Amino acid sequence: MSDRKTLQIQRMSAHPGPIPGTGVQRDVQVCKLVDTTTCIGCKACEVACVEWNDMPFGATTFDNTYQTMPETRWNFWNLIKFNEHPREDGTVQWLMRKDQCMHCADPGCLAACPADGAIVQYTNGIVDFNQENCIGCEYCVSGCPFNIPKLNPGTKKVYKCTLCSDRVGEGLEPACIKACPTGCLKFGTKDDMKFIAEERAKQLRDNFGMEKAGVYDPESIGGTHVIYVLHDATDPERYGGLPKNPTIPWSYTVWKWLFKPVLGAFALFGGLGVLLHYVTVGPRRPQPEPPNKEGTNGNGD
Amino acid sequence: MATAIERFDERARRRFESLGRTVVYVGELRRHPVYTRFLHWMVALFFFLALFSGFGIYLPWLFRWFTPIFGGGPLARALHPWFGIFCVFFFGLQMLNWLKPMMWTPADTNWMRNLRGIVSGKEKLEPPDTGFFNAGQKLQFWEIVIGCVVFLITGIILWAGARTFGSTLVAISYVLHDVSAIVMLGGIFVHIYLSTIGEPGTFQAMTRGAVSEPWAWTFHPAWYREVTGRDPRESYEKAREETERAVTQNPSESKLRSK
Repeated sequence: MSDRKTLQIQRMSAHPGPIPGTGVQRDVQVCKLVDTTTCIGCKACEVACVEWNDMPFGATTFDNTYQTMPETRWNFWNLIKFNEHPREDGTVQWLMRKDQCMHCADPGCLAACPADGAIVQYTNGIVDFNQENCIGCEYCVSGCPFNIPKLNPGTKKVYKCTLCSDRVGEGLEPACIKACPTGCLKFGTKDDMKFIAEERAKQLRDNFGMEKAGVYDPESIGGTHVIYVLHDATDPERYGGLPKNPTIPWSYTVWKWLFKPVLGAFALFGGLGVLLHYVTVGPRRPQPEPPNKEGTNGNGD
Repeated sequence: MATAIERFDERARRRFESLGRTVVYVGELRRHPVYTRFLHWMVALFFFLALFSGFGIYLPWLFRWFTPIFGGGPLARALHPWFGIFCVFFFGLQMLNWLKPMMWTPADTNWMRNLRGIVSGKEKLEPPDTGFFNAGQKLQFWEIVIGCVVFLITGIILWAGARTFGSTLVAISYVLHDVSAIVMLGGIFVHIYLSTIGEPGTFQAMTRGAVSEPWAWTFHPAWYREVTGRDPRESYEKAREETERAVTQNPSESKLRSK
């Protein structure tokens, strides 16, 4: 049990004041590595995810691919996306990518969330949803560049992959990693995974003729805690909508943190304005008013 | 179309007049019928419910203490759109009710030129061509009309969320919904101030539905002329002379009043 550890929060959505306990513990950044070049599309990770998280399986939509369903659901957090990419020589490249929460270093969902403590980021980099604090507004859905958070219409709470924070806290690897039969999925520290990913990309470039092979760890959101090795890192879009430069909408960054409070204060100054008008100019009364003392006009002159 | 709206409004006014009543005492004028007052207070009620339930979502780190009033964050979130829908619904009826008197006229352009004098309190009487509503009231009315349209469209987009309308539309709506709220919040202070302590004698127009004649010839002289057939300036001068005569005849009262 020596591996057991309380996950320490480093960022919390909509929280006034500092986060309790930050900066006390030292923690490594965890990372999941997905090597799309060795994924065989067996979907063992999908099953492991559903099993570990005790989620019921429902009817799905068949869309003429091997894909289990068109996109992740509130109770299906791990989906292998199958894509057929036409090559220049007329052949087809069959791409399989494990789609799940990317656990961004700079999470758009957390920035968008207006509920105190509904979305947290642990010091190890895992972004987790606390459904007991969720108000069901779905702003996280629009804040996410990867279309990951999904609303449960029954409970009006949003769910997504937890990177098995319950397992990681116990010193275990996530369920999907444990189930992967090809070694396509790896779990460890961000530094280690980044090193392995870069080595693998180099191997693909040098030995397999994939000149454009590379690692997907987008800088635009400060990097992610799920990284991919891609056959062609210059065009991640072909892997079922993996954005090249994922960004958080500016409404949840500069608007939310600067303009909202500043303009809100301006509106409240409307109250201050009328108060000042009352004490300086004073009210306008129906005329005629009773004559003033010494016949003055009320302006003091 | 216009006549259909007028017929609808007239029927509603008649029906509400039989539900409530508007007592007009001697020296007073009938200002707002029961129907108008009912709509005004329904709009006010749901506006403030929507405003306060929205505060906690607007700036959670500052206004989080508003959400417990509505039973916590999830319930505030669930109720907020309904408050908004009712507010817009009642204001929509009010808009139809007020469409005609709220039309912009040359008198309003004239009023806007005098704005400085009116705000600074130097102009004691409104311009003589100021009708049932002045230009300031009309501006606020049309601001709320535009605001309600923006609220309704962006509100529905935010309500259904990104899974229906996509992230970009939600992000734009998020900002526009805020802008509309900021403008309306700023405006509501002015509205409440001018209808209560800022212009004494105004509040009863929306409660009892009647205002004093001096109030009418001071703030809405053209309307005063229209309903009484008398000249507002003459009525004012006559009242002023009477007041002065009363003071000169009874100086002790003048002393009492001036204190």
